[in-house]
Amino acid sequence: MHAFTQLNGLVVPLDRANVDTDAIIPKQFLKSIKRAGFGPNAFDEWRYLDHGEPGMDNSKRPLNPDFPLNQARYQGASVLLARENFGCGSSREHAPWALLDFGFRAIIAPSYADIFFNNCFKNGILPIILPAEIVDSLFKAVESTEGYKLVIDLETQTVVTPDSQSYAFEVDAFRKHCLLNGLDDIGLTLQHVDEIKAFEIKYKQAQPWLFN
Amino acid sequence: MSARTLYDKLFDSHVVREENGTALIYIDRHLVHEVTSPQAFEGLKLAGRRLWRINSVLAVPDHNVPTTDRSHGIADPISRLQVETLDQNCTDFGVTEFKMGDVRQGIVHVMGPEQGATLPGMTVVCGDSHTSTHGAFGALAHGIGTSEVEHVMATQCLVQKKSKAMQVRVEGKLGHGVTAKDIALAIIGKIGTAGGTGYAIEFAGSAIRSLSMEGRMTLCNMAIEAGARAGMVAVDETTINYVKGRPYAPRPEQWDAAVAYWSTLHSDEGARFDAVVELKAEEIEPQVTWGTSPEMVTAINGSVPDPAKEPDPTKRGGIERALQYMGLEANTPIDQINIDKVFIGSCTNSRIEDLRAAAAVAKGKHVAANVKLAMVVPGSGLVKAQAEQEGLDKIFKEAGFEWREPGCSMCLAMNADRLEPGERCASTSNRNFEGRQGPGGRTHLVSPEMAAAAAVAGHFVDVRLLLN
Repeated sequence: MHAFTQLNGLVVPLDRANVDTDAIIPKQFLKSIKRAGFGPNAFDEWRYLDHGEPGMDNSKRPLNPDFPLNQARYQGASVLLARENFGCGSSREHAPWALLDFGFRAIIAPSYADIFFNNCFKNGILPIILPAEIVDSLFKAVESTEGYKLVIDLETQTVVTPDSQSYAFEVDAFRKHCLLNGLDDIGLTLQHVDEIKAFEIKYKQAQPWLFN
Repeated sequence: MSARTLYDKLFDSHVVREENGTALIYIDRHLVHEVTSPQAFEGLKLAGRRLWRINSVLAVPDHNVPTTDRSHGIADPISRLQVETLDQNCTDFGVTEFKMGDVRQGIVHVMGPEQGATLPGMTVVCGDSHTSTHGAFGALAHGIGTSEVEHVMATQCLVQKKSKAMQVRVEGKLGHGVTAKDIALAIIGKIGTAGGTGYAIEFAGSAIRSLSMEGRMTLCNMAIEAGARAGMVAVDETTINYVKGRPYAPRPEQWDAAVAYWSTLHSDEGARFDAVVELKAEEIEPQVTWGTSPEMVTAINGSVPDPAKEPDPTKRGGIERALQYMGLEANTPIDQINIDKVFIGSCTNSRIEDLRAAAAVAKGKHVAANVKLAMVVPGSGLVKAQAEQEGLDKIFKEAGFEWREPGCSMCLAMNADRLEPGERCASTSNRNFEGRQGPGGRTHLVSPEMAAAAAVAGHFVDVRLLLN
């Protein structure tokens, strides 16, 4: 997993509540058996004017000029500014894979759906929660300022605006540790093999029917 | 010991270790399908890892399988490759798989309970958000991402923080023609699609106790649409009777001990919940969604809302966008909305009881002339066989419905079953997101009874008028 420490990134606004994972990466692209290559199809139905299918040359497809991700001023954005309940719906990890592949390393929103939120951390994306009124002010700032960038520092848990306004955010200590160091969860868990085995033996004695 | 919730009992009994509020919890059952597993199996192969406990895993292809003639396999090469990849991975790792063509094949959340592979007291995971379904058995069940699928395969554990506990109490008696699906939609209408975020929901109260296991599964299935990863119902006689005799149920010599333990799986008297939501069963009417989020829902005798009356600008924008996408005018009565297609199926509503209820409405009637396609997709091969034994297939076919092979089908349209742009569908599935049932498709979520009623009327109609 990519480590996440500090990011000075261009921000792109996506001004809709309840953006679901079907919108982030439509189902026809979930047929891939790979982890990579979903970026060109992130937000496919909003981003392109035609209907996308796997195997198409996305560089030749007509872009929706009204969609922020397509606008010249937001090219190269690595921070996605979003509204409440971002990532609701399915558990598809293809959603964070698509965002990462597109180039996003951080998301800022007032709230997220639980499974999506969790999946982000497994892929080196930092989903930041800020109060709705601060998110609102960031939307206004991004839209009125071309080239608007934010400095996100995971160590100090701060988002700093171009005019040096600093906002603190919360992050779970374990997730922070993993993200800062780019740690593989499985490797960490396997450090506790003996505890898992001991639990399993006791558990099997109590509920043998679970091991039929 | 202080009074504990069902969620406390389920979570605490699976904690292998805990550090600073982050726990490693042991997973009893891991259900696998073709869409969210290939990258996990690949990760294991690349790292040279094996499955921790092979017999905890049960696999089935469901999202990509065709629901029409299967004798020539899957036509779409990309879908076919994904299903073949599951077959190959299950062979390579020694996992039991119910392949296409096996009568036990079906939607993963129908297959698990049907096989007795979902049991009370279990932790159940699957790379699928509707894993919350299995909580109907007094189990702790939730969807996980593919990284976690790989993690559970390799370690039999999941890194978890305990959620908050919410109790949703539904007291009273449901009216005739009102179902578990209507309860689920009414709850989501009340608390919103983010209302359950951060919570595990326990559904309780006399109306829940009266539900069959099929109804409880429908309800828990949609906990995720309320934002809660897990939904659950306490164990009672209904649960135990359902499990008894199923292939993966405890063996006869284990049965009494299992039942004794399962009987403890309820919230204690006086257990404290972080939030409580109450509904009266008598006040719940058949529900129909009008928008592009399950919370955009109203009763059948209601109307499409008027965005001009919404003071909050983000919400107003959401309603306007939804009405535009759905091709609906504000203030249109729901029962004046015509439909093009009907889908009866999905992990929410494709079990035998759902098909019986829909057939009871369709019997002796015919799909309306303006309805281009009405399809019934049983949840599994075994549900299909049972329905055929009861003659439900004949009722549906005589009424002009198509009778299909089991799978996820048009709930998310990963196979060939889908809406065309602009088509409007009465669907028993769980999500009405933009494009969910096909690009540009317009989904209205309803119960199986309401879907069958809409099919014969050609527009939404109060099923209670047809039943009386």
